[in-house]
Amino acid sequence: MNVLKNKRLRALGMTIFSILFLGGVVILGLTLDKGNIVTHLEIRNAPPTLEHLFGTDWLGRDMFTRTMMGLTLSMGVGLLGAFCSTMIAAVLGMVAATMGKVADAVVSWSTDLFLSVPHLVMLLLISFSLGGGAKGIIAGTALTHWPSLARIIRAEIMAIRSADYVQVSRRLGKPGWWIAMNHIFPHILPQLAVGFLLMFPHAILHEASVTFLGLGLSPHQPAIGIILSESMKYLSSGLWWLAFFPGLCLLFAVRAFAAIGGNLRQFIRPSSAHDAR
Amino acid sequence: MQLEAKKLSYRYGCYPWLFREVDFTLSPGEVVGLLGPSGSGKTTLCRILAGYVKPAEGRVLLGGKPITRKGYQPVQLVFQHPEKALNPRWRMRKVLKEAEVEDSILEALGIQSEWLSHFPGELSGGELQRFCVARALGKGTRFLIADEMTTMLDAITQAQIWNAVLNAQKQREMGIVVVSHEEKLVARLCDRVMRLSR
Repeated sequence: MNVLKNKRLRALGMTIFSILFLGGVVILGLTLDKGNIVTHLEIRNAPPTLEHLFGTDWLGRDMFTRTMMGLTLSMGVGLLGAFCSTMIAAVLGMVAATMGKVADAVVSWSTDLFLSVPHLVMLLLISFSLGGGAKGIIAGTALTHWPSLARIIRAEIMAIRSADYVQVSRRLGKPGWWIAMNHIFPHILPQLAVGFLLMFPHAILHEASVTFLGLGLSPHQPAIGIILSESMKYLSSGLWWLAFFPGLCLLFAVRAFAAIGGNLRQFIRPSSAHDAR
Repeated sequence: MQLEAKKLSYRYGCYPWLFREVDFTLSPGEVVGLLGPSGSGKTTLCRILAGYVKPAEGRVLLGGKPITRKGYQPVQLVFQHPEKALNPRWRMRKVLKEAEVEDSILEALGIQSEWLSHFPGELSGGELQRFCVARALGKGTRFLIADEMTTMLDAITQAQIWNAVLNAQKQREMGIVVVSHEEKLVARLCDRVMRLSR
């Protein structure tokens, strides 16, 4: 088939599919009846059936509803964390590239510092010191994911600032803000968008792992990390569906975001328009 | 108003001096050629005169005053490579709007209206260079520095561009610096010639 041969068309299909999948999860997570996740002891530990697609847990809660709500919550936390992180990266990159040597040295040094400490350790520390919960996780993801994007933005801006057309623009009497808005910003916007989308799966996974370790969201919330860590206790008693379906959904959601980000990067680079493979 | 360079010296980092104590004067209505072998500092001198680079020693005066960095610069430079001097994400219309170029100049340079909706990557080098020249010929330009402006163009395009530039030069009493390796072009265009040596 022709559609499968053109990389661009295939990427477009993947992107649409991913967006539909993620949109579906969010819509389900927001609209499903909260009554499904209160205790129904009479149907506890039921394996997957048509009525309970993902089965029920040891309190009789519907796992499908819990998974969708958990994923929606994770995406919300991830969205906020990744957005804040992108903003930090944009601001620091701009500061490093435009405010002189001292600012550049300070930003580059702190970028290196943050990159040298493992993500998860830093995340745990920040999340723990803020007392856990959604606030701790969002602050944690926001404060740990910016360094590599900040580096890219800094390099981008430096390259554009020294480009001949920006120098000419300056000599034509255009003020600094005009050059920033018309020359520099349109160049870094795609970088920011792709960086944001590719940061998203990291943020979600880190949210899930910190919650899994018990330092994140509170156990009352249907977060995906909570579901997974609770299900560990029941794996040995044969309740495989407790971990399998939520884990698989998390995997799909993360892959979907990565696919959207990767494809967007490809669309932005027009030279890849007619790649055969 | 004269463009004067007084005792300019320049070196890149700790490399030997590229040139030392160069004096240069350009009066309105004058066309001066700048000749010299590769690496003799022609482009660097151009960039200093146009205010892109600060000289290591000496200064550039415009009408007796040091050049300011704010507002439209009366000294404009045209680069050798137009594809590097145009924002690849801008349509050509925006390039002309940035410099507020008059329509008569577009006509003289042979810029066709269908080019305006294209991006730089979609036009040829000669077409792009016309836009760069048009951009440098804004209302406020008093001195034009043409650094190998037509080196990469065919003879017909060269003639068309230089005709348009010289007409504008006569109308507005502009001063022009012509940098080229082609002795004949310089001899034909210029009132006097200045040589740089290595």
